Amino acid sequence: MTSLIKVWELPGGIHPPEHKDQSLQLPLGRVPLPPVLVIPLNQHMGTPAQPVVQVGERVLAGQLIGAADGTFSANTHASTSGTVIAIEERAIPHPSGMNSESVVIEPDGKDEWIELTPCEDYRSLDRLTLLDKIRAAGVAGLGGAGFPTAVKLAPKSTQVIDTLILNGAECEPYITADDMLMQVRAAELVAGTLLLSHILHHPKNLLIGIEDNKPKAIAAVKAAVAGAAVTDPEAANIQVVVFPTKYPSGGAKQLTQILTGREIPSGHHSADIGVICVNVGTAVAAWRAVRFGEPLVSRVTTMVGDALATQRNVDVLLGTPISYLLTQHGFNANNASRVVMGGPMMGFTLLDLAAPVIKTTNCILAPSKQELPEPTPAQACIRCGICAEVCPASLLPQQLFWYAQAEDFDRLESHNLFDCIECGACSYVCPSTIPLVQYYRAAKGSIRLHEIEKEKSDRSRQRFEFRQERIAKEEAEKEAKRVARQKAAEEAKKKLAEKAAETAAAPVSSADPISAAAVKVSATQATPDEQKAKLERLVAAAKNTLEFQQKPLVPNKTNPVISEEQLVKQQVRIKQAELKLAEAEQKLADFITGLGTTPAAAASAAAAPIAAEPAVDMNDPVAAAIARAQAKLTMSPEDKARANLESLRGRLAKAEEKVAAAKADGSANLDALQQGAEKLQQKIAEALAELSALGIEDKPAPVAAPATEPAAPEPVSAEQSAAQAAIEKAKAKAAALANMSDDEKRAEQIQSLQTRLTKARERLAKAEAENDANIEAFRAGVTKLEEKLQELA
Amino acid sequence: MIEFVFQNPILSALLALGGLSAAFGAVLGFAAVKFKVEGDPIVDQIDALLPQTQCGQCGHPGCRPYAQAIAGGEDINKCPPGGQATINALADLLDVEAPSLDAEHGEHLDVKRVAFIREDECIGCTKCIQACPMDAILGAAKQMHTVIADECTGCDLCVEPCPVDCIDMIPVETDLKTWKWDLPATNQNPVFHVVANEVNLIASDLGRGHAFGDQHDGNKAA
Amino acid sequence: MALLNITSPHTHGANRTGRLMRLVVYATIPGIVALTHFFGIGVLINVLLASLSCIAFEALVMKLRARPIMFYLRDCSALVTGVLIGVSLPPYCPWWLVISASFVAIVLAKQLYGGMGFNPFNPAMVAYVLLLISFPVQMTQWATPLPMLADGQTAPSLVAALDKIFFSIPIDGYSSATVLDVMKQNSGLTLDDLYQQQPVFVEGRWAGAGWEWVNIAFLLGGIYLLYKKVFTWHAPISMLLALVVMSALFYDSGSSNSGGSPTYHLLSGATMLGAFFIVTDPVSSAVSTRGRIVYGALIGVLIYVIRAWGTSYPDGVGFAVLLMNFAAPFIDYYTTPRTYGHKKPRRATDASTQDGGH
Repeated sequence: MTSLIKVWELPGGIHPPEHKDQSLQLPLGRVPLPPVLVIPLNQHMGTPAQPVVQVGERVLAGQLIGAADGTFSANTHASTSGTVIAIEERAIPHPSGMNSESVVIEPDGKDEWIELTPCEDYRSLDRLTLLDKIRAAGVAGLGGAGFPTAVKLAPKSTQVIDTLILNGAECEPYITADDMLMQVRAAELVAGTLLLSHILHHPKNLLIGIEDNKPKAIAAVKAAVAGAAVTDPEAANIQVVVFPTKYPSGGAKQLTQILTGREIPSGHHSADIGVICVNVGTAVAAWRAVRFGEPLVSRVTTMVGDALATQRNVDVLLGTPISYLLTQHGFNANNASRVVMGGPMMGFTLLDLAAPVIKTTNCILAPSKQELPEPTPAQACIRCGICAEVCPASLLPQQLFWYAQAEDFDRLESHNLFDCIECGACSYVCPSTIPLVQYYRAAKGSIRLHEIEKEKSDRSRQRFEFRQERIAKEEAEKEAKRVARQKAAEEAKKKLAEKAAETAAAPVSSADPISAAAVKVSATQATPDEQKAKLERLVAAAKNTLEFQQKPLVPNKTNPVISEEQLVKQQVRIKQAELKLAEAEQKLADFITGLGTTPAAAASAAAAPIAAEPAVDMNDPVAAAIARAQAKLTMSPEDKARANLESLRGRLAKAEEKVAAAKADGSANLDALQQGAEKLQQKIAEALAELSALGIEDKPAPVAAPATEPAAPEPVSAEQSAAQAAIEKAKAKAAALANMSDDEKRAEQIQSLQTRLTKARERLAKAEAENDANIEAFRAGVTKLEEKLQELA
Repeated sequence: MIEFVFQNPILSALLALGGLSAAFGAVLGFAAVKFKVEGDPIVDQIDALLPQTQCGQCGHPGCRPYAQAIAGGEDINKCPPGGQATINALADLLDVEAPSLDAEHGEHLDVKRVAFIREDECIGCTKCIQACPMDAILGAAKQMHTVIADECTGCDLCVEPCPVDCIDMIPVETDLKTWKWDLPATNQNPVFHVVANEVNLIASDLGRGHAFGDQHDGNKAA
Repeated sequence: MALLNITSPHTHGANRTGRLMRLVVYATIPGIVALTHFFGIGVLINVLLASLSCIAFEALVMKLRARPIMFYLRDCSALVTGVLIGVSLPPYCPWWLVISASFVAIVLAKQLYGGMGFNPFNPAMVAYVLLLISFPVQMTQWATPLPMLADGQTAPSLVAALDKIFFSIPIDGYSSATVLDVMKQNSGLTLDDLYQQQPVFVEGRWAGAGWEWVNIAFLLGGIYLLYKKVFTWHAPISMLLALVVMSALFYDSGSSNSGGSPTYHLLSGATMLGAFFIVTDPVSSAVSTRGRIVYGALIGVLIYVIRAWGTSYPDGVGFAVLLMNFAAPFIDYYTTPRTYGHKKPRRATDASTQDGGH
């Protein structure tokens, strides 16, 4: 039990004034219940816990309020009984001063506990059960990092643990929380050590490492070990190792080195070299979790600093606001230079004193202005090298500083920046008072962000390339189809030619579109069975739709009430479905009757009208298409426009007839039909305009493209063109913006907004006319644009 | 023969030089083959430096095309999302002077942004989906769309096509995960010391700037 | 109470740059006293003149650079440079020599490189070497040390010294060859003979009249600085050791070819001044402890090489230090320490993401 182990020398290190006596004068104290407890859900390293209580719910002490989210997370419990009054973002102790989701509990003062399940003999339990108990209790490293303890205690099967280290070094000045804990809970610490040893399959070395400036704690722990050894032979194995005080011997890496002489390889865990290092407070918490089933709801915290009237250690409930704690200890805000969570070497300043005590709060340091004055201005680095001498990780701090200043991340990494433990020894000794640690933290943060960004940009590249590939593939498919169609067309053309030669003397003048049309037809007609099947499917689908629409409207969750409007809409849809069904049936019937003639006959029929132009058999769609194409090809633009106009007029007449019919029926489709008629009228107007333009300006009229090129539409991907259009626009905009003054820019913006507004209004009008379902959205768009415009104007 | 060579100094000199050059040539040739560096083609290297927003502000449809254009001799200052950092990195790679960003292609925004669709207002037109170079917008026709914020590069290309203007570019806020310490205060960026005198600093004075807070010995900038 | 977001650590050791520099100045006092004792008032005038002009130049440059003057003067680095120039230059040298040296050191060698902490070369040595090359006559005229003065002759009075310095009024018999000159020009005499024949050795005990005491005085100052932990022992001790090793190797049993005994080398010329006040200049030296050992040792070797085999300059401290200033980054590159958790040191250019451990 006495220290037989060799104590290794820590390279570097410093001896700052200890200031440990002032908080050890009083016994471990308690504070009254605070008026409110703020329990953050991420008090540990890893994913925040998920809240499992509701606002207004009454919770008991020890009740689970935040459930661990995954393995790298920890449970969070209510520290006392009371009511959850909020689950919201609250200030947390974090160097950023940011808020985080917290459960706010108003204590009822009764401190009623949930029923705990104690365990008399943990040795009878499975190790996994024990780990589960520790996990359920939300135990996380109380030393400062807040690493979930259950994760730490479950090393990989390849990692053989031969040494368990209990870290009672507490090397930071001012902090005495672990010292006090070892003094008053030494027995529990020894029991916890044995428990952890049991979980870790009884490692050979059980070491409790304590710096030699804590004689009382050393005596207490040694006595407890001796006491436990009476009943438990394994306790005799525990060695209390006392080693010289030196900062930062309490770092897990450094303590491992001091007690075992082994270094944890860079980028690895201590378990990789067979060592598990646990803070003494954590061991006690784990013991209480197993023995009493007690979740981690309180911890020992040192209240220290000359700005406090009372300096001592307190056993404080997690979630107690620090401001409350400070008030309880007579905090003199006027004389305080800052409030630090943690020690003077590694702690961080609190930006909001409303932040609560959390699992990792080992010390609240409220120094006076004389005690820790503001840092003096930094001078130039004189490369004195004292920082390199005190660095416990044997880094070259002045080189790291140099490269951090220059943001040379490659060099920083090759100087092992990430092996820096941010102990602050270098800053402490720096004669030029350079805030070195801040440089390293900033650089580490930047490197991490850069890595995240790099990863993201790589992913973006992949996604973009994948998209490009996909688009290319789609295009290739379209192209292949087009080629296939062309081939088929050529074959058909050949056949046509043959047939024509057979049937008529007149040679076929086969312009491309015609043959293409023929091919299209032949492509579709080549397999009448398929076509028939398709039509049948169409009918079936139409029937389905009809049935679906005919289903009575049932009130559901999203739509509890069926409105009049909905009923009307449904009827309209039923009507449409009926129409479609009728149409589909008609088509099928037509097709079946038309099937009598063979495809070849159809083709020959198609060939015939080409030879004899005017005689077009309108019943044969093939021939009709070819004829139309032929006709269009031969027509002058004017003729075309005229023809277009004619056809439009025809369609209008038909549409108007339909409208009239609908009116007579009182059909629900009336609106739609009227809309169609209006559109046709518009088109006619357009066509007229075109015609007149042709007449007056003698300009080549725009060709009605879809009609003239039935076979080969440009295989341009809609997506790509949209994207390109957007790019073009953006380009143009950027170019224009660059050349403009602010006023012009604004004018330009107004201009563009106005055009957008007009567009939006048009769309809205259209939507209104069509009774579009999205009408509201359009309206909102218009209003927004108007607002924007007003803002600018 | 050898004697003849020795007797003709010019000839021997020629022979010696010729021999030497042949020998060195052989060594160099061997080295070139043996120690050949299989470097990335330059386009890949340039592409790796570009921010991959695929925003097209450079005038090319994506980052890779711009990388190809740069490899073909185009200016390296046309990437606003990358900003000066990217330009410097490119200049470093290509060993040229780093120009400043060409304002013609837009301005560099310090804050990263992502697109956000106000989902109540989305009409499901799919126009933004077609415009998104990242496939980072999810949705179908007549269905509400949403942006996968993690995949969005903030390229802006979806904003213009939206018929109902329901896409906003919102700045990405720092959270506890992305928060980091800033570099210590300097005169350019005073964090906790008030700068009393306005002093022109050069790079070497970074980190010392806040000294001036307590200096009043009349060193106004000349 | 303002809640300041101050980075850790919140506490700070007592070390300050200004304090370190002041300690260095204090540590030169024994050396200056010894020099003044042996060479007269001229040494003090040199030190005073150099210090004042260095501070003036520093203030001037700070003014030109629009920097807070007092903030920069408080670090006392200019004062250190001035004192070092003062003790390096020959006593009673012309005033303009001192002023030029100060100008070269502060303006050219220090501020043009970016000021304190950025100068690659030791400013005082740059000044010394530049002037030595430019004005070899003035720079090598050392005053006769006290024990060698003719009977009845005393060190020059203040008035005579000022006359000499500012008005070039010569002082009779004021200069003589230094020990190093004597040793360098020796050919044919064994060391024993030399020690018996040359008055400079006759008057001295180990390494020449006056000089040995001056070196011992600087050694005392150096030990004080070591005790005060202003610098570590690595660079100065390794330099001295290297010098001893070199002189022992080439001692040649004191023959006429001998370069001098180790004692002679340790206690003559600027050895101790160099070891404890020049080599330890942190700004221009190597950074790691291993690096400083190498740096110091190489300076020691170079000093011996220049002293023994150099052609025209008797002492080599200045040249040796400057040459190794050049090499400091190179030394740094090869002497990076092994970081905790790594198997071997990592080179500064090693960008691979090695984890060192496995």
